[in-house]
Amino acid sequence: MKILVAVKRVVDYNVKIRVKPDNTGVELANVKMSMNPFDEIAVEEAVRLKEKGAATEIVVVSIGPASAQETIRTALAMGADRGILVQTDAEVQPLAVAKTLKTLVEKEQPQLVILGKQAIDDDSNQTGQMLAALLGWAQGTFASKVEPAAGTVAVTREVDGGLETLSLKLPAIVTADLRLNEPRYASLPNIMKAKKKPIETIDPAALGADFTPRLKTLKVTEPPKRQGGVKVGSVQELVAKLRDEARVI
Amino acid sequence: MSILVIAEPSTGDVKKPTLTTLGAAAKIGGTADVLVLGQGVAAAADATAKVAGVGTVLVADAAEYAHALAENVAPLVAAAVKAGGYGHVLFAATTFGKNVAPRVAALLDVQPISEISAVVSADTFERPIYAGNAVATVQSADAVKVVTVRGTAFEAVAATGGSGSVTALAATGEAGLSSFVSAELTKSERPELTSARVIVSGGRGMQSGDNFHMLDTLADKLGAAVGASRAAVDAGFVPNDYQVGQTGKIVAPELYIAVGISGAIQHLAGMKDSKVIVAINKDEEAPIFQIADYGLVADLFKAVPELTEAVSK
Repeated sequence: MKILVAVKRVVDYNVKIRVKPDNTGVELANVKMSMNPFDEIAVEEAVRLKEKGAATEIVVVSIGPASAQETIRTALAMGADRGILVQTDAEVQPLAVAKTLKTLVEKEQPQLVILGKQAIDDDSNQTGQMLAALLGWAQGTFASKVEPAAGTVAVTREVDGGLETLSLKLPAIVTADLRLNEPRYASLPNIMKAKKKPIETIDPAALGADFTPRLKTLKVTEPPKRQGGVKVGSVQELVAKLRDEARVI
Repeated sequence: MSILVIAEPSTGDVKKPTLTTLGAAAKIGGTADVLVLGQGVAAAADATAKVAGVGTVLVADAAEYAHALAENVAPLVAAAVKAGGYGHVLFAATTFGKNVAPRVAALLDVQPISEISAVVSADTFERPIYAGNAVATVQSADAVKVVTVRGTAFEAVAATGGSGSVTALAATGEAGLSSFVSAELTKSERPELTSARVIVSGGRGMQSGDNFHMLDTLADKLGAAVGASRAAVDAGFVPNDYQVGQTGKIVAPELYIAVGISGAIQHLAGMKDSKVIVAINKDEEAPIFQIADYGLVADLFKAVPELTEAVSK
């Protein structure tokens, strides 16, 4: 079984986000960038499936600037076999990402596509579901367990009330949630080996991709700041404040 | 143009997320119809028709909707939107809504708008990005706006007082792509996290799942729900549905008591809109204290039983 994994280069999750003074977006200059953490989990799952003998080849795809090569290299160092970069400096919204991935899926013919459930920059949580719809495939979103069988895959999903297990017909889409696995750190020999693995760069025009945004960002602002409060000295003082000042108990 | 709200699956009462989504629909303006789907949902449809301000309740009652599988539900919603000429399709930003809404949007060839926190106009919305560290105002150029609604950002409409009509909708059939196997749902007598007035939440500092019983006792005294940080869920102290944060549940109770939670931005993203925040942590440098209204630097194993005792009086 061939697996395709989609990864996105985003602001590192440890970076403190700053809104630009002109309210056009957030500050991205000289900010540390990394692979979206949910996508790392997606890559790890694919590598584990390959290690278990359930997968034969892992193709990693990213859509983004030339620097997204590094993100693909990270995935290759974790154990993916080859990479594809659809190179663009444009803002690519989830519907356009899904359409571009659909074209690549039709070309690569994977049995399983694994994506992170959401990217931690725009927090959209849409691409996997939309790709599944465009392909007419089943979707196992927010996965915490993935078990392929003959012609199907069982996916356990994290839902509001607890966990739910579905059986999906292959080919299928899976989106990774936090507890699917703990991604490995690439070892130095694997990082060296990854440098020799192939990355194909594709011009979006060659795929007929249309990145015209459907959503226009009018402005980006800081959320209302929460005023820090007071420290209380004892449980008695806390209860008194909650009763008499805040009146919440 | 009218609005179609997709009801949170239920076979009885109207779920709170449906009521808050109708609250967002009221901000957009115009009539709101509601699509109720599932198997054996006649009672839910009748209850929905009584919700204040509801126009028509469309009911799709068929076996293929029993588990609200996205592969079966999305074609139904897309067909209803086309047939009714709706300009907006609203889902609550629950795991159901987040799973299905983008699939519907792709079928309609539109770019969905996730987790809106305010309605600026019929085509312009505010939504949090970067774990709520920035707020984007976005304008949609699509003919149909497919939107998920953050429950904590809107007032729920009244569950009674309405007089909507109920119309059956033709089922769209079994897609044959997926099937339900099993569910492991957490049973609790306590209020649900997303609608609780008070939440007691535990973090890594709780040290074990057993120690969470201490929070259960406090929660029972306060009529509160019990939540957790990602660290506590990852450590296996409590199940995944306890998680509050960027990728877990978004909550905004009147009182949020964070116990042994350091306050990573991913956790703050899920609870910083709470009215009053209390933090109990032995590390006085913990970031949670920067946003807490009342901070208590103390050993939680002493403070929580003391607090339980004090609120019982």
